[in-house]
Amino acid sequence: MNVGIRNREAHASILKMRIDRKKCCYCGGCVGACPLNALELWETELVVDEDKCTDCGICVKCCPVGAIEAD
Amino acid sequence: MKIKDNVDVLVVGAGPAGSIAARVLAENNVDVLVLDKKQEIGTPKRCAEGIHSNVLDTVGLKPDPLWVVNETLGAIIYSPSEKKVEINFNDVGIGGYILERKIFEKHLAIDAITSGARYAIKTMALGVIKENGKITGVKAEHMGEEIKIRSKIVIAADGVDSKIAKSAGLNTTNRLEDYESGFQYEMAGLKNINFKYLHLFFGSEVAPIGYVWIFPKIKNTANVGVGILSSRSTPEKNAKYYLDKFIEDHPDIFEDASPIEINAGGVPVSSSIDTFVMDGLMVVGDAAQIVNPLHGGGIRLAMNSAKIAAEVSVNALKENDFSSSRLYEYERIWEETDGVRVKKLLKVRAFLEKLNDKDFERLADILGAKDIINLSNANYKFLFRLLLTKAPKLLPLAKKFLV
Repeated sequence: MNVGIRNREAHASILKMRIDRKKCCYCGGCVGACPLNALELWETELVVDEDKCTDCGICVKCCPVGAIEAD
Repeated sequence: MKIKDNVDVLVVGAGPAGSIAARVLAENNVDVLVLDKKQEIGTPKRCAEGIHSNVLDTVGLKPDPLWVVNETLGAIIYSPSEKKVEINFNDVGIGGYILERKIFEKHLAIDAITSGARYAIKTMALGVIKENGKITGVKAEHMGEEIKIRSKIVIAADGVDSKIAKSAGLNTTNRLEDYESGFQYEMAGLKNINFKYLHLFFGSEVAPIGYVWIFPKIKNTANVGVGILSSRSTPEKNAKYYLDKFIEDHPDIFEDASPIEINAGGVPVSSSIDTFVMDGLMVVGDAAQIVNPLHGGGIRLAMNSAKIAAEVSVNALKENDFSSSRLYEYERIWEETDGVRVKKLLKVRAFLEKLNDKDFERLADILGAKDIINLSNANYKFLFRLLLTKAPKLLPLAKKFLV
């Protein structure tokens, strides 16, 4: 099981959104709502492309299990 | 196994839409390959598994005990105060079935493969190949290896988290106002409910702009789920919160029950994306947001859109014309058939969204089973007369949204 962020080290300082890998059900609901195509769901891996993500918070709102958090 | 690198039609996604498209194409001797990122077709499910007989009729399927695990006689709708309205499917000439979706999807794939289609699973489509503005194939990854597959037509059947249509340049993003956030437990050990009926619970405290469902499967199991409008969801009060609360509030049904599976997902409830076609590309099913906007059911509309797209592909291949104007025939046929009903259903949805719990109680008093079936079929003309005599306060709202 893996929830990843591309270029994770750089990410930590830029983006506020975080995915809780213990809650994520890999349903892809957030992927379908992301207006910037910044999320990608593999079988058991949800990847955020930090170059595309703008911290808009839409994925935070629609996650059915509250697995995406933002400060 | 070697994956073909050149085919006539490349279908991305082996759900009901993708496999129906593949079967129809293969039956017409079209060279078709289906890609799916999952290593097991049908898993994990993102589905409540309740369908009616029209779903199968649409694509010429007969209910098969291999994938139909329960037959339902009707549905019971519960108002916010749990007043019941019972609908009997027999009265309206339909049959009710509960699928084992994982097996159902596998059988659709088996049928397509038997007809001559080829499948490549654990193969993630990364994006389209675009040349001179035309879609000429797909880049994909199979077990760590990047591959390119060329095709004359790509059919994007890659679901709600579709990447293919987006990578081609179509806007398939779901707006939170048109997107249900869903969460479901498949549970065993339920009691005190009728296992031959679908159960649907409404109310702003139960599910804001949505509903809770109990769809019974085998023995004492059922899919117990909730859909709420994403714009009403918060990190604290999300779909899972509402379902857990519902279960806690109904110990009579759930005190001995435990989940055997957790499912989640987003459900488009818009009236579809703006356009379904580009040069060399067609988008079907959830990826095109072709879903019943009233109840969120998607299987029938998805399979029918795929069937239309596949039939248009067969003719386009014969004419060797894969331009958007040729493929547009698919969009036109859809708009003239299912599209008409979906647009009306969206109006019904807009009307119902404006009602408060008190209005729902009133509707539960005055709507009969036939009326609810009529509403769910987008036949709402009767409502004006009914509201005029029995709930005149709701008439302006009905006029605003349903005219």
